Amino acid sequence: MKERYPDVTIETICRLLIPPIQLFALYVIAHGHYSPGGGFQGGCILGASFIMMFIAYDIGEVKRKMQEKLNTILCSTGVLIFAGIGLICLILGANYLDYGILHNILPVHQAKARALGTLGIEIGVGIAVTSVMVSIFLNIATAGEHEGEP
Amino acid sequence: MITAFSLFLFAIGIFFFFTATVGLLRMPDFYCRMQATGKGDTMGAFLTVTALALYNLHYGFTLSAVLVSLKIMFIAVFIFVANPTATHAIAKAGMDCGFEPWTRERRAE
Repeated sequence: MKERYPDVTIETICRLLIPPIQLFALYVIAHGHYSPGGGFQGGCILGASFIMMFIAYDIGEVKRKMQEKLNTILCSTGVLIFAGIGLICLILGANYLDYGILHNILPVHQAKARALGTLGIEIGVGIAVTSVMVSIFLNIATAGEHEGEP
Repeated sequence: MITAFSLFLFAIGIFFFFTATVGLLRMPDFYCRMQATGKGDTMGAFLTVTALALYNLHYGFTLSAVLVSLKIMFIAVFIFVANPTATHAIAKAGMDCGFEPWTRERRAE
């Protein structure tokens, strides 16, 4: 691999821009049921901020902070949250992902339980999409050789 | 008055986009095209989005309209910071890969 020269401009701008981008991604995830957005879009923005970090800094350096093992665990956790909320609804006697029934176990009334269920689903989707985006980028950028030695 | 001013900004923005497109089509090599599109697109997008934010206020300065204009201005500032950096990064990547600039003697293909 070629020697990499650090660049002050790119690294400074990334350090300035990445926190607002991640904050905006969390806003898109949390505000998804009132405005355009949701779990998938917010997760894509969050994943893009990590990809920007990978491009601006050395890949090995960032991978020490965000390891492949952690990434895989996050990916499956997101799917688990999604499927788990759906299955809880199924166990309580309603259809799959029918959040209205959640008011039996949450101390809120039915409409609020529906909103909370949607929020939980979107958080799960956001986590899964973020880690899958990072994983796809790593696999393409390093031609599948990123595992093991950083 | 606000409408006239936003139209004026819009016209200048369109002019910058036009120069960027001409530069993209007519410049001889990679670096010259990067220079033309980087500057022209940044200024054109900034002025156009600013004109939209101003035009949004032409019914009056209500709270919701001002908030929408502020959000549009956030987009403008983001473009103004991110676009030159992206141009710089692409030009630097080309330089790191050993891409030679165009000269009059050694014409690029």
